[in-house]
Amino acid sequence: MIPPAQSAAPFVRWDWIGRHLDDIWEATVEHLTLTGLAVGIGLAISLALSLWSLRSARRFAVVTSVASVLYSLPSLSAFALLVPFFGLTRTTAVVPLVSYTLLILVRNIVTGIRAVDPAVREAAIGMGYTRAALLWRIEMPLALPVIVAGLRIATVTVVGLVTVASLIGYGGLGGLILSGLRRSIIFPTEIVVGTVGAILLAAVLDGALLLLQRLLTPWRRAAQGV
Amino acid sequence: MEVLAETVRWFLDGANWAGRNGIPARLLQHLLLSAVPSVIAAALAIPPALWLAHRRRAEFFANAVVNVGRAVPSFGVVVLLAVFWITRGWDFAFWPLVVALVLLAVPPMFTNAYAGVADVDPALVEAARGMGLTERQVLIDVELPAALPVLLAGVRIAIVQVVATVALGAVVTSRTGGFGVYIVNGFARLRDGGDVVVLAGAILVALLTLATERGFGLVERAVLPRSLPAVHLPAQPPSHG
Repeated sequence: MIPPAQSAAPFVRWDWIGRHLDDIWEATVEHLTLTGLAVGIGLAISLALSLWSLRSARRFAVVTSVASVLYSLPSLSAFALLVPFFGLTRTTAVVPLVSYTLLILVRNIVTGIRAVDPAVREAAIGMGYTRAALLWRIEMPLALPVIVAGLRIATVTVVGLVTVASLIGYGGLGGLILSGLRRSIIFPTEIVVGTVGAILLAAVLDGALLLLQRLLTPWRRAAQGV
Repeated sequence: MEVLAETVRWFLDGANWAGRNGIPARLLQHLLLSAVPSVIAAALAIPPALWLAHRRRAEFFANAVVNVGRAVPSFGVVVLLAVFWITRGWDFAFWPLVVALVLLAVPPMFTNAYAGVADVDPALVEAARGMGLTERQVLIDVELPAALPVLLAGVRIAIVQVVATVALGAVVTSRTGGFGVYIVNGFARLRDGGDVVVLAGAILVALLTLATERGFGLVERAVLPRSLPAVHLPAQPPSHG
C-alpha cells in the first residue's frame, strides 16, 4: 500500500502517478470496455427501434417517451435499482448505461434519415432501388453525420456516467475517484487522476468519432457542426 | 421478488418517517440542496449569457461551455470539491456540495440563455431598434421574452440535473446528500438487508427527479404565452455521472 498523503502534501503527487501508470492504464481499459459495450449495445438497439418507428409517428412517439423516462432516471438511482436483482455485476453497470444512449441515438438516427432530401429519395426509387437498398445505401450514408453526432453525445455522456458505476465496483477511472476518497486519509491525487482521466477519455473518443465520420463521408468536405 | 415486498414494508414502517434520517427530513435536505445551487447558478449564469448573446460576444466560448459541461463527470466534481474542502481541514457538509452543484448547473443555464437570445429573429431586433428602443429595452422587452422557451428549458435541464446529483453527495458523507444517503448506506451493508434500503432510496431519488421535471414543465406552461410553447431539448444526462 502507498502511504497516504499528509495534509501538508501537495494536492497532486506526480511521483504517485509515475509509479501507478499500470493501475491507471487498467482503469482506463475498463472504462473504455464499459463505454464500448454500452454504446455498442445501445447503437444496435437504437437502430432496431429507429427502423421500427421510422415511418410511424405513433411508434416514434412511444419509443421516444419511454426512452425519455429512462433518460431522466438519475444514474445513481438507475444502478441502485438493479442491484437487488442482478447484484454487483457488470450487467448492473451496463444496462443503465445502455438505457441512457437510447434517447440520443434514436432521435438522431430518425431525424437524420427523415432529413434526407426527398428529391434524392425519388431519384433512387426511380433508378429502381428497393426499399432496403434505399435505406442502407442512400438514406443511412446521407444521415451518417447526424447519426455520428448522436454517437458522439452518447459516448461522452456514457464516459461521464461510468464513473458513478464505481459504486457497484465497475467504474473504470471512477474507481480511482472512489478509492482516493475511501482511503483512511483522503488521497486527492487519485481523485484528480480519475476525474481528469475521464474528461480526457471523453475528449479523445469524441475526436476519434469525428475523425471516423470524416473518413466515412468523404463527399462532405465542409466541417460539420454537431 | 421478495425484495419488492420488503421495500413496500420499508416504506410503510413508521420508523423510516421519523428523525434526522427519516424520509421527511431527507426530503427537506434534498430540496434545500437542490434549490440553493439552482438559484445561485441562475443568478450567475443567465444575466451574463443574455448580455453576451445580445452583443454577439463570446460565441465560441458559449459553444465550448456545452461540450466541456457534458464531458466533466459530476461524480468527479462532487468528490474533488469535497476533498479540496476536507484537506483544508474544513467540514464537508452543505456549502461545498452547493458549490459543486452550482458548477454543474451553470453550463446548461448559460448555454440555453445564450442560444435563446442569439436565435431571436434579427428582423424583430432591428424593428425594435427602429422604433427607438434603447439597447437595454431591446434585450429586456424583445429578446428576453422571445428567448424565454429555450432559456427555461435550460433551467429545467439544470435543475433536474442538480436534483439527481445531490444524491452523489452522500458518497462523501451521510450528513449530506438527501435521499442519496439511503442508497449509499444500503450499499454499505448489501448482504444484510441493505438491498431494500438501496431500492427504496433509488425509488425516492427517481420519483423526486421525475416530479421536478414535471413540476418545472408546469411552471413553463404557466409562464410562457400560448404562442411560445415549451421546448423539449435533449436534456443533459441526468445525474451524471
